[in-house]
Amino acid sequence: MVMHDIARDNPNAIEARNMSVYYGSFRAVKSVSLAIEKNRITALIGPSGCGKSTVLRSFNRMNDLVPSARVEGEVLFHGENIYAPGVDPVNVRRRIGMVFQKPNPFPKSIYENVAYGPRINGWKLSKRQMDELVERSLRGAALWDEVKDKLNQNGLSLSGGQQQRLCIARALAVEPEVILMDEPCSALDPISTLKIEELMFELRKNYTIIIVTHNMQQASRASDYTAFFLMDSDRAGQLIEYGPTAQIFQNPKDERTEQYISGRFG
Amino acid sequence: MSTQERASVNVQPAEAERIDRGAGNLKWRHFKGNILTVLGWFSIIFGLGTLLVLILDVLNRATGIFSGGQNWLTWEFFNNFDSRFAQRAGAKAAIVGTLYTISLTILFAFPLGVAAAIYLEEYATDNWFTRLVEINISNLAAVPSIIYGLLGLQVFARWLLFGRSILTGALTLALLVLPIIIVASRESIRAVPLSLRQASYALGATRWQTVWHVVLPQAVGGILTGSILAVSRAIGETAPLITIGALTFVPFLPRDIFDIFTVLPIQIFNWTSRPQDDFRSLAAAGILVLLAILLTINALAIYLRNRYQKRY
Repeated sequence: MVMHDIARDNPNAIEARNMSVYYGSFRAVKSVSLAIEKNRITALIGPSGCGKSTVLRSFNRMNDLVPSARVEGEVLFHGENIYAPGVDPVNVRRRIGMVFQKPNPFPKSIYENVAYGPRINGWKLSKRQMDELVERSLRGAALWDEVKDKLNQNGLSLSGGQQQRLCIARALAVEPEVILMDEPCSALDPISTLKIEELMFELRKNYTIIIVTHNMQQASRASDYTAFFLMDSDRAGQLIEYGPTAQIFQNPKDERTEQYISGRFG
Repeated sequence: MSTQERASVNVQPAEAERIDRGAGNLKWRHFKGNILTVLGWFSIIFGLGTLLVLILDVLNRATGIFSGGQNWLTWEFFNNFDSRFAQRAGAKAAIVGTLYTISLTILFAFPLGVAAAIYLEEYATDNWFTRLVEINISNLAAVPSIIYGLLGLQVFARWLLFGRSILTGALTLALLVLPIIIVASRESIRAVPLSLRQASYALGATRWQTVWHVVLPQAVGGILTGSILAVSRAIGETAPLITIGALTFVPFLPRDIFDIFTVLPIQIFNWTSRPQDDFRSLAAAGILVLLAILLTINALAIYLRNRYQKRY
């Protein structure tokens, strides 16, 4: 690992500087500069196609998996650009985890789903240590009590909300510092959504959370900071306004933010 | 719409009439569905029925089980080499030759085919070279098998000096079925949801770890099904093996993979062209053995597939 924590008292977990994302020749995101504070929940909101998911996926180099995708500018993590030459995206992703829109547990047992990350990262754990790590991760995702008696059951046998919490537990197991969530509740019912939101507040103590959401209520009640994105006339996503959630929702500076949160478009 | 009908739309129709019209031509729609069901059944019965008649006929011919004729499927059939006397002829060399050849073919074609499929689906970038390879693989699947025989004759038998050996035969058959395995494997690798790959990558897995732990276990069923098809094709092939010079009369077992050989389809083909009628019964016995070998290999593949998938 070439990244060292140069400034331990750096208040930011991730900082994008003039980050642009291209798909082929199409610029999907235009010069976004955004500093994400540690141990806070930051919501990225905006209408469909505004590039908020692309921004999220640029924070752990998931966009590398799209062959035509290219990132310009810098994304600083512990003061170092994760797009600098020589940085291994595999290592970035281990430290910046991700939870996806649709729950996507592996078709393996609940236990194996959680143990997958530590295993592929080559952690040498005894059976007992692994058991503990699995339990800790499942507890961290508020799922332990529901599944402790059926750890050998297939992860797909769980309900949608439980599956999503299993995916969170799976992400926690590799002990990341940041968790990116790409509309994690859009496929869930309101009760499961509430559970995930409560969980996010718990996780905030130990992790930095960045969440993309279409749900304005969710952004307003479950985040500390909100970034509002909008596409310009070239269909490139831009950061319009960024600040504490209360300010964005009650006293937005930009007219377009005000229009969007009051439901006049998007 | 006629004027009369248009008029009737404007006035509010009676309750019964509305229900009636809502059902529309429901009976006719159901009838059409039934026609399709009947046609489907007919197709299945036609296909399976022909197969059944064929197998029963061959079975009767080989064992005399229905007509009370001579049973040719005896121990001697398995233990004797070919002979110009039908009563003394057996398929020992052909059976052993087939087992040798098909085992080697699987050994060559399966790993190569799956590896090629993994490369094309998971590693290759979309450029002109990849597209050229893809087009050629699809085309190769449609090339007549005798062309592969000519290729095998020149490349393996002559240039590489493998001669008319089992090795030449197996390599030729491997080339023949490679496109089938690649195409089938690619299809089933592609069918693995992208979301599972993303989940793996997001946890810090490398590309190979994702392929090995997530993609392949999901795709193995389809890969093995495609490979069954490929092996079934290879085991029944005659033309390319005749082209490379596999013999019809081999009165000994192959000592190693560089030895000359024959296979069951060639033996069967040879027997059916003899003038004596008894040889046709021998051919029937050979067909039964060939079928048995094929079904055993298929059963093994299905067993492996189920066992592997149960790990989940």
